[in-house]
This record gives sequence, C-alpha cells and structure tokens, in this order.
Amino acid sequence: MPARQDSALRKLVDLDKGLVAREIYVNEDIFRQELEQVFARAWLFVGHESQIPNPGDFVVSRMGTEEVLLVRDRKGNIHVFLNSCRHRGMKVCRYDDGNTLVFTCPFHGWSYDTDGRLVGVPYFKAAYKDRLDKTQFGLLEVAQMTNYYGSIWATWDPKAPSFEAYLGPYADAVRRCFEATDGTDAGVELFQPVYKWRIPTNWKFPAVSFDGDRAHAAMTHRSINVAAIGPQGDRNGGSRHVIQAEWSQTNYEMSTPELGHGGHNSIFDQPGVPPYEDTWLTEPGVDEYYRATREKRRQKYQDTYILGGEKLLVWPNTNVQAGLLSRILIWHPHSVGVTESWRAYQVDRDAPKPVKDAQRHYMMRYGGPCGLTESDDMENWNYAHAASSGTIAQRIPYNFQMGLDSSFRDERAPGMTLNYDIAEENQRSRLKRWLDFMEADSWDDLYPYAEPDGKGAASKNRERGSRP
Amino acid sequence: MTMELPQQVRALERLLLREDIEQFLYQEAALLDERRFHEWIDLIADDIHYHMPIRRNVKFGELDHENTDAESEMSWFDEGKRTLLGRVRQIMTGVHWCEEPFSRVRHIVSNVQVVGVRDDEVDVKSNFFVWQNRLQEEVNVFVGRREDILRRDEETGWKIRKRLILLDQNVLLAKVITTFF
Repeated sequence: MPARQDSALRKLVDLDKGLVAREIYVNEDIFRQELEQVFARAWLFVGHESQIPNPGDFVVSRMGTEEVLLVRDRKGNIHVFLNSCRHRGMKVCRYDDGNTLVFTCPFHGWSYDTDGRLVGVPYFKAAYKDRLDKTQFGLLEVAQMTNYYGSIWATWDPKAPSFEAYLGPYADAVRRCFEATDGTDAGVELFQPVYKWRIPTNWKFPAVSFDGDRAHAAMTHRSINVAAIGPQGDRNGGSRHVIQAEWSQTNYEMSTPELGHGGHNSIFDQPGVPPYEDTWLTEPGVDEYYRATREKRRQKYQDTYILGGEKLLVWPNTNVQAGLLSRILIWHPHSVGVTESWRAYQVDRDAPKPVKDAQRHYMMRYGGPCGLTESDDMENWNYAHAASSGTIAQRIPYNFQMGLDSSFRDERAPGMTLNYDIAEENQRSRLKRWLDFMEADSWDDLYPYAEPDGKGAASKNRERGSRP
Repeated sequence: MTMELPQQVRALERLLLREDIEQFLYQEAALLDERRFHEWIDLIADDIHYHMPIRRNVKFGELDHENTDAESEMSWFDEGKRTLLGRVRQIMTGVHWCEEPFSRVRHIVSNVQVVGVRDDEVDVKSNFFVWQNRLQEEVNVFVGRREDILRRDEETGWKIRKRLILLDQNVLLAKVITTFF
C-alpha cells in the first residue's frame, strides 16, 4: 500500500511522459486513501436550493461513499448533515425527500431537530439521569457549506479555502452555469428527482475524462445520429450537436492544473455572447422563448469578455454544464470498481411549461442510463476498468500523451492552461491535482496555489471586466 | 355449481379475451428476445406513451408521491414512438457498443390481468421478469409490473397505446437499460 508523502504514488503518475499506472484506477488501498485524502477534504456538490424550498424540507444526498441530508431548518437556514444517528449510527432518515419537524431514529428513538440539534432521547431522565450532554450529540454537520448562486456545496474539512477561492479562475464560469438563460443569477431549478445509477467502473474513468475527452466522441457515439433524438429531429442528419450561430471564436481544452478544474471552453474574439440560432426545430414555441432570453443575456454581457461554453469539471467529481444540456453530473465513488452516478438536470425557473417539458424530455432521451447518447460511454468505462484490473494488465500504463508538450497560456484566460480542443490536457490537469491531494498532509499543502505566471487569477479577471 | 347460459357465454368470452391478450403479450416478448425489433415496433401504436417512472422511498401515507409524475418530473423513460423507433434504429446499427455484441435477454411475462374492457381498448396488467446476460458474466435483472392500454388492430390483433412500467428499483442497479419492457 503506497504511503503518503513517499514517492510511490508519484512513480505511478508520470505526467511529464503522459504515462499513468492503471493501479491508481483499480487498487483498493488507493481507493480507500482517496476517500480520506480527496473526498473528506474537497468541496463536493450536494444539491440545489430548489430541492428544499420550504422550512422542514429535506432531500437525501451523498458525499463520497456516504449519505448526507440536505435540510432547510425551521428558520429557513440550509444544513448538510451526515445521515447517521449519534447513538448507534442508524440512518435517521430513509426517505428520499420530504418535509419533517424532526428526524427520529428508528432504532432507539433519538430525535433531531431540522437544525441538527439532538432534542429527544428516550429514558433521558430515568436511565441517563439527565447526565447526557445533548449539545454534544447533534447530527454531524459538514465543516463548511455554501450556497453558490443556488447550488449547494460542502466540505468536511474546516481548513479548506472558501468555495469561490477553491474555484479560482473558474468562479465566474461556475456561477454562470447556475444562471437562467437570460443571464439572471441563480435563475435555475432542478427537475426532480436526481438520476441515480451504478456504473461498474472506477469513479475516475468518468471524472477524469468528462469535458476533457473530445477524442472519444466520434468512435464511442458512432450509433447516435441515426437515432435522431436531438431537438433538430431528422434534420442535419439527426446530429446531436447544437446548431451554432456564426461568431468569431476558438475552442480549447482549458484547465487549471493547480486546482484541477477545467473543461471545453471557447475564447470569443469580441465581448458578449453569440446570437441565438434556432435549435428546437421539432418543438413549437421553444425557440421563441430561448431567443428572447438570449437577447437579454446578450445585453447583460455586451461589454464583457466571457468564456464561451460553460462546461467543466469542478474538481474532483462534479461536471457542471450550461446551455442546451444544462445539468450537473456527479460521479460518486462507491467501491474501487463501482461508481454511483448522479445526474441533476436544470432548467430556467421561470420558463413556461412547454419549454420545461421540451427540455426535460430531451434530457431524458439524451443522457443517463436510459439516454441514447451516453449508454455507450457506460459500456466503455465498464469494460476499460474490467480489462485494466488483471495482474498483467497492471504492468502496462495508460497513455495520456495526446497534446503533451503543446499546452500554452493565453492572457485572455488568466490562470488557465490551454490546449487544442482535442487533447488530454484536462485529464492530465485532473491527475496532477489528484496526486497533490493524495500526497498532501493538509490544505496547507494544497492552497494557496502558486500561479505559474506569478499573477493572481482573480485580479486579472476583474481587469477583463468579467465580474460585476 | 351451474351457470345460466348467458353467464357461461360471458365467462367464456372473458376467458377467450384473456387468452388472446396473453398470446399477444407472449408474442411481443418473443419478438424482443429474438431481436426482431422492427417487428416489435409495429406493435406500438403511433400515439403510445411509454413511461417508466423513478420509484422513490416515501413515508407511510405518501404513496401517491412514490412514482415520478410524467407531467413534470424525471423518469427513466417518458417517450413516444419516435424515440422508441430511434432506439430500434440505434440497436440495429451494429455500432451501439452497449448492445454490440447483443446481450442475451429473456422476458418472462406473468400475472396477466384484464382489468378493463371498452369498445376497442382493454386495460391489462402484467408482471415481468427480464434477464439480461451480457458478454461473459454481466447480469442485470429487471423485475416489475406493467399497466398497459391495448387497442384492437386489424393487422396485428392489438397495438400498445400506453405502457406504464413500474420497475422495482430505486437507485438503478444496471449501468444502462437497452432493452424494452
């Protein structure tokens, strides 16, 4: 078992050569260390405020391998608790969602208020003789929680930097993922419920590659266009791709190797947002709505240079995507060879029902375990993992050499490393951050990070005027 | 026990109807198991609603909230014939990797109940047990209940106008669902 702070893990991840040992995807000891080193420290996506609009509302969520409760207490404050009774560890809630005054453990009856306080203990006077200090045995609450423009994120580590600092140069892009299509901050809601399904693969197969593996699409998704499931129907050969307006831009892989975030983004050669191009050719009325909201968004950003195409991984396991497929993809580790994939779909909160219906139906037929496009991803992740696990298979490394040594910086995307649109730059960035987390003793070694060009990302962002 | 003649006729009619419907459902299952997807899609009415809701864990007394609502919530499947036909076309490309090579799929249909009869339509409930074995050792088992509306059809006997599929799972334990129910 590779110990922390020695060179064993570093030998497995040779990013200069682009060679990565399969062991880090299939070894159970490394998986157990990840739960401690990565998932007990990093900021993780928990849910969205639209899931718990009223006092007493709760929804079951998950951080790493463990179940948490996302709760709005009776005063309206949001909390995230471990779903485990402080007495014998039983789940205090076994419903997927609901509204409650208290969480009562079905084992011995300890009960907790929606703010986590232990409020009821059977036999408190008769058997504990009033000597149980209830204030010390409330539900375990996360160390830090933030409501980032409607999205709820949390970490178990009190030393983690603020979520906005954790995002670094991606703070604006993530914020825009939770904008309505007219540019209104925190303007989306989640369709209920969240998709949850098990994929027999290591969590890093999807998390390291999603929004960082354009090269897979042509081969993996060869069968999809004949199905013609896109909003364009049979036109354009049934292409699943979005019709794009003419707009001067260059598409890149972009990431922060210092922080691990990144995705597919575009640099526009002018301030503002591209005009709307009709997309929903088979759904009457939908284009009218999105054209109108796009015009509002274009006005909001008309003088601002922003990155195009908000699609990125927030390290370690959450992809946030805006646009036609507006969604949040969470790759929960389950065991070394099983990932519990969660998928939440977003839509403009104030959109009319026909728009919400069109969006919802497209998302159902596109993605997830029953969607036509992504089912072939699951097959590849499944059997790539299976065929990497053998003794002989582990003697040879994975090849992450696409675009090696061809990355560059661009002052229009401060703090980011760029590469050609089809590269494995983002995957190398994520594995670099993975190694940082696996080796670090604490957040002291993980943040603040050193900017290679010695300039702060946030201050440069402001120079570009991309923050209000 | 003896029955009046009209009673006997009605009982016999019910029996024949159920026999007819059972044979239809078995034939439909056989088409799927034999990968005759284009023949299967011919049994689907043009206006079908094919719906597999997600099943929640809900509190006693809140069972009306158990299955997701096709009107506003996410489901595993919530579609019409156009998308079903797209699925058939995709499987028949030979490059749909999660069904290439084909899985071995077997549909066991049972507990058939005819619960409503109208002029040209019947309401039918049935249970299913679907076995999928893929490549060497991958096994997925799907068990649940279907609530169908079948419409009489001159050509095929019946067409499926509505199918509600209640899969007995919460977190979906299969990586994908590529079969039909």
